[in-house]
Amino acid sequence: MKKHLLLSTLLVAVALPVWADTNPRTGEELADNQAYTYRMLDSVKSLDPQLISSVEDSDVARGLFEGLFNEDGDGNLVPAGAVSFTVSDDKLTYTFKLRPESKWSDGTPVTAADYVYGWQRLVDPALASEYAYYLELAQVKNAAAITAGTTPASELGVKAVDDLTLEVTLDNPIPYFTKMLTNTSTFPAPKAAIEKFGADWTKPENIVTNGAYLLKDFVDGEKYVEEKNPAYWDAANVIMSPVTALVINDEDAALTRYQAGELDRTEVPAGQYPRLKEEFPAEAHSTPYACAYDYIINLADGKGNEALKDVRVRMALSYAVDRDVIVNNILQGGQTPAYSWTPPAINGYVMPDIDYSHWTQAERNDKAKALLAEAGFGPDHPLQLTLNYNTSDAHKKIAVAIQQMWKQTLGVELTPNNYEWKVHTDKLIAGDFDMARYAWCADYNEASTFLDLYASYSTNNDGKFANADYDKLLKDAKTMADPSANYTAAEQILAADMPVIPIYHYAKVDMVKPDLKGLPQHDVMQFWYAKDLYRVKQ
Amino acid sequence: MLVFILKRLAVAVPTLLALIVISFLMMHAAPGGPFTQEKQLQAAVLANLNAKYGLDQPIWVQMARYVWGIVAHFDFGPSFVYKDRTVNEIIAQGFPVTLSYGAIAFVLAVGVGLVLGVFAAVFQNSWLDHLAVGVSIGAQVLPNFVMAPILVLIFTLWLGWLPGGGWEGGDWKHQVMPVIAMATAYMASIARIVRSSMLEVLTLNHIRTARAKGLPTHKVILRHALKPALIPVLSYLGPTFVSMITGSVVIDMFFSTAGIGKFFVDAALNRDYALMMGVTLLVGVLTIVFNLLVDVLYAWIDPKIRL
Repeated sequence: MKKHLLLSTLLVAVALPVWADTNPRTGEELADNQAYTYRMLDSVKSLDPQLISSVEDSDVARGLFEGLFNEDGDGNLVPAGAVSFTVSDDKLTYTFKLRPESKWSDGTPVTAADYVYGWQRLVDPALASEYAYYLELAQVKNAAAITAGTTPASELGVKAVDDLTLEVTLDNPIPYFTKMLTNTSTFPAPKAAIEKFGADWTKPENIVTNGAYLLKDFVDGEKYVEEKNPAYWDAANVIMSPVTALVINDEDAALTRYQAGELDRTEVPAGQYPRLKEEFPAEAHSTPYACAYDYIINLADGKGNEALKDVRVRMALSYAVDRDVIVNNILQGGQTPAYSWTPPAINGYVMPDIDYSHWTQAERNDKAKALLAEAGFGPDHPLQLTLNYNTSDAHKKIAVAIQQMWKQTLGVELTPNNYEWKVHTDKLIAGDFDMARYAWCADYNEASTFLDLYASYSTNNDGKFANADYDKLLKDAKTMADPSANYTAAEQILAADMPVIPIYHYAKVDMVKPDLKGLPQHDVMQFWYAKDLYRVKQ
Repeated sequence: MLVFILKRLAVAVPTLLALIVISFLMMHAAPGGPFTQEKQLQAAVLANLNAKYGLDQPIWVQMARYVWGIVAHFDFGPSFVYKDRTVNEIIAQGFPVTLSYGAIAFVLAVGVGLVLGVFAAVFQNSWLDHLAVGVSIGAQVLPNFVMAPILVLIFTLWLGWLPGGGWEGGDWKHQVMPVIAMATAYMASIARIVRSSMLEVLTLNHIRTARAKGLPTHKVILRHALKPALIPVLSYLGPTFVSMITGSVVIDMFFSTAGIGKFFVDAALNRDYALMMGVTLLVGVLTIVFNLLVDVLYAWIDPKIRL
């Protein structure tokens, strides 16, 4: 019996993963349990890096796959698939040296040809990826023409010089090109597996990956389990395993399961942060998130409300929104009032000095009243407007609050119209609105992902704001070494012309188990990498 | 009987076709499409997507292709949203889940509902009746979206007996709460239908005769009253069974059971045309089959009903 006990103890000791007791990077003492389970809002829509379009699919895919760069907890680039890169003097050619020890899960090395293949299929009309525009955004040569079907994919500005040298040619020397390379759409693709299995290549039995984790268990709609990949080039520093994503649609149900110990991380439902922060100060966290919430104003000719074409009216409306009330009394999750479009926490972004952000609300209200009166609206001639928003408790509360603020301060009669999501979006695209709720999240950690939206040539400029100076600032910014002055000037134009009413900047509000470390604290993209996570001994 | 069944099946084909046509047209008439989004797609990207999924074709071509795909290959098309999965795969994975907890819930609802209803009728106006009626009204007014969090609060957070969600291949611990949440309201309805129909049957002549013969109450009930009292319940059970085994959006969302219940709402909101058609057709086919089954059962229970 004793012998058996000894034997089984030995066996268990051998079977258990042998962790160094401390984190090799930080020296912190590690807990015995290094499993991580988190909540996912919905099933994976696709694990194909070139087809992924949702934040949550990217979270899973960043464990399974790896591109040229990762981001650290502050949003800085960290070499991953690439070890180094050089840029030509005209800033149009980037040459990446790839990591020689990087391997696919089928044992073959990751080569420059895999990147070329991945990028070509991304823009290929046959794949019809929703992210096909991304390489055009990144100014990669011929990307737009290939997506439009006028040029073959082989003409894309990306080339494998040799197995470990990737060369990218751009149409314009954009300064933030490398920052865009953490998006999963720019990851390499395993050609052999994709050609063999076609659309089924992401099925768990077929998938070939190159990241820090392997897909271990895949029950669609329920859970996705990743386990440490021993062949990963940096496996010595990968501590957390297994990593499990549980699909839980309902955020209240997820919170309950977090409290029952079934999850290590989950989102805080709207309005519950103050209570949870008080009850669990070490677990409730709010960190800035690269998304902005605003009311977009329809400035298109012959559409929307004519009164809104008067800049004084738009300014009056914006000034009369008490943003502090919205973030402190409605959202209550550490969101910040927005007086500019771009979130201040965006990497390298210099926050412009927007005049009305310093004023007290009383000052803003006085100014708003004066402006609206000047524009010819008053008690006997009240301004009547409509506002479209999509079905959601929070949107409704904000709309009702703003309706009250405008009524009280300006005598504006606002009719909020609630539409189901697709109807709302359809009306937005068709220009069928006076004002509409809108939100935008960054594609990459740089201010142009926000500011480009209101260029007159932008597909997403639903309000049809057009300002030649604004367009010029942004176009020039594409070729400047340091475009931050242009971004600041562009924000000033938005504040002066007020084509949108910025309302608040997002925060990611989470419950996180206190022993869990390695989640990003200052990366507004909220990119997290399972390989950077670990649990400390408590 | 066989002729009747064949006739009914023959009618089912045009019924299903009508279901396809009407759903297809309604679905496409709704504003927005599967690729309508806040972050708008560029014209070229959208055109590529529409071409890939055949949305660039006239609606009647799309419809004909859809029907042909089903008839020729039993292929219900790709999901427009869950891009790694086809509608066949989504239904093949999610339907067994809802079928499992739905069928168990059905047995539970019918079993308990019948017993409650019979007892309430037999002991009309006694404390037992009041209790049974009270329980069933309580269960009926408690919708499952209230029931589900209460169950989780009690069994997961307070007692720690059951996991708060997930499916784990249908492990019984994961089925308990979905089954209870699913069964209660149906159980209550069944109990009330049984009670009222039983009360009616108990006043009939043949029951009086049976009682006059001196048969004990339980025999009167089981042998003579139960069968006729079941007829109104039966017509309720066909559609009920179908709606139970196709799950519920509340249960699938709240208990994360990965069943197809949630797609009835999700697919519509996402304008995931093929998935929406898939689940609609699934319910359509099941409804036709089980209504037919109920009709056959009628004839068996009551020979007076000629088919």
